[in-house]
Amino acid sequence: MLQFSFWDILSNLLIATQWTIVLSLIAFACGGIVGLALLFMRTSRIPALEWFTKVYIEFFQGTPLLMQLFLFFFGIALFGIEVSPWTAATLALTFWTSAFLTEIWRGCVESIPKGQWEASSSLALSYIEQMRYVILPQASRIAIAPTVGFSVQVIKGTALASIIGFVELTKAGTMLNNATFRPFLVYSLVALIYFCLCFPLSWWAKKIEGRLNVAR
Amino acid sequence: MSLVSIRDVRKSFGANEVLKGVSLDIAKGDVVAIIGRSGSGKSTLLRCINGLETYQSGSITADGIEVGGLATNLRELRRHVGMVFQQFNLFPHLTAAENVMLAPTVVNKVSKAEARATAAEVLAKVGLSEKMDAYPSELSGGQQQRVAIARSLAMRPKVLLCDEITSALDPELVNEVLRVVEQLAREGMTLILVTHEMRFARDVGTKLVFMHHGKVHEEGVPKEVFAAPRTPELQQFVGQVG
Repeated sequence: MLQFSFWDILSNLLIATQWTIVLSLIAFACGGIVGLALLFMRTSRIPALEWFTKVYIEFFQGTPLLMQLFLFFFGIALFGIEVSPWTAATLALTFWTSAFLTEIWRGCVESIPKGQWEASSSLALSYIEQMRYVILPQASRIAIAPTVGFSVQVIKGTALASIIGFVELTKAGTMLNNATFRPFLVYSLVALIYFCLCFPLSWWAKKIEGRLNVAR
Repeated sequence: MSLVSIRDVRKSFGANEVLKGVSLDIAKGDVVAIIGRSGSGKSTLLRCINGLETYQSGSITADGIEVGGLATNLRELRRHVGMVFQQFNLFPHLTAAENVMLAPTVVNKVSKAEARATAAEVLAKVGLSEKMDAYPSELSGGQQQRVAIARSLAMRPKVLLCDEITSALDPELVNEVLRVVEQLAREGMTLILVTHEMRFARDVGTKLVFMHHGKVHEEGVPKEVFAAPRTPELQQFVGQVG
């Protein structure tokens, strides 16, 4: 039987970590783009668009991420379309991330005083122009800290993709445990790697938050 | 023909009717001072003129554009109707010049250079040439309000609506703002002001409108109306604030 040294385990985990990072980055970037589009719809004051985004957000916030992964992985397959774990994980994490980011950002947009909307309205700016030139430049300052903070949730969320067979950090840990029967060592290392990914982000988010509080 | 024409406008917030059939005609070059107690509907009336508030019945036309009609082109209307607010509402992330340049560049698609020249001109007019690159947080309340006036002027409005623009200012800063408004009035700008500055209304206004319980209770030439108020409500009001 093959023998795994400590370094074998660690190097295999680190290779898989790359996929955790890639999946997190894609989910966060795509989720951010979709989230921004949803934010425009959510604050548009057009009833149909607002209603749609509310339902969308309620669905992705109100159901477990794992169920969403299953739905994308097995659900789309029902229509005869072959879905790889990679595609299903990317789609589910993108939509899940976008729902949370939209809500975070909506809070930031709504914290901008009403007078900013009224003044820019009175200057004949359209809704899109108001958002682009007046509201978002101010809201994004406030949004940075909670957005960075949420990215930690995305990284941890990618762990669930292991269940549909996507080989990232958690899945690699499970496979290594099956081969080595050293669960404590393997999962301690997995947890440590997650911590090393997440801690700098949450530390940074705290730091930005503190800086903004001083500026106000 | 009047520049702004208000016909029997009614407006309710829920069950509370704040405008109970207001009619008013404002000609080009008029300086209209709207006075009245708080809650009399004067700010609401002003905000109806540029579509910040909707109304339930009646009609308002400003510069030939029907406000509040279904097909109202609010963007076109607001290009010609400026507004200055009690709380200034400057954009805090932009400098004074950038505040002034925003609408001309974004809405009127004027070049940056041309907009900057306009900004320099209107900021000079309000006496703030040296503050072009200052951020709102670096300016006093009076200076901020003058930037807000300049910001409206940059769009070359045909009417300027002023909603209690000195009410949030420290007393010693009120005059610098009023002087700017007075100069605009002298230059022939059509102004509609909701104000508590009775002396200003009397000296600069060409028309006084006293609102009471959601209606125009009394109107006329300011000096005459102040000298001899016809209704007991206005007599009492003038007595209290005068």
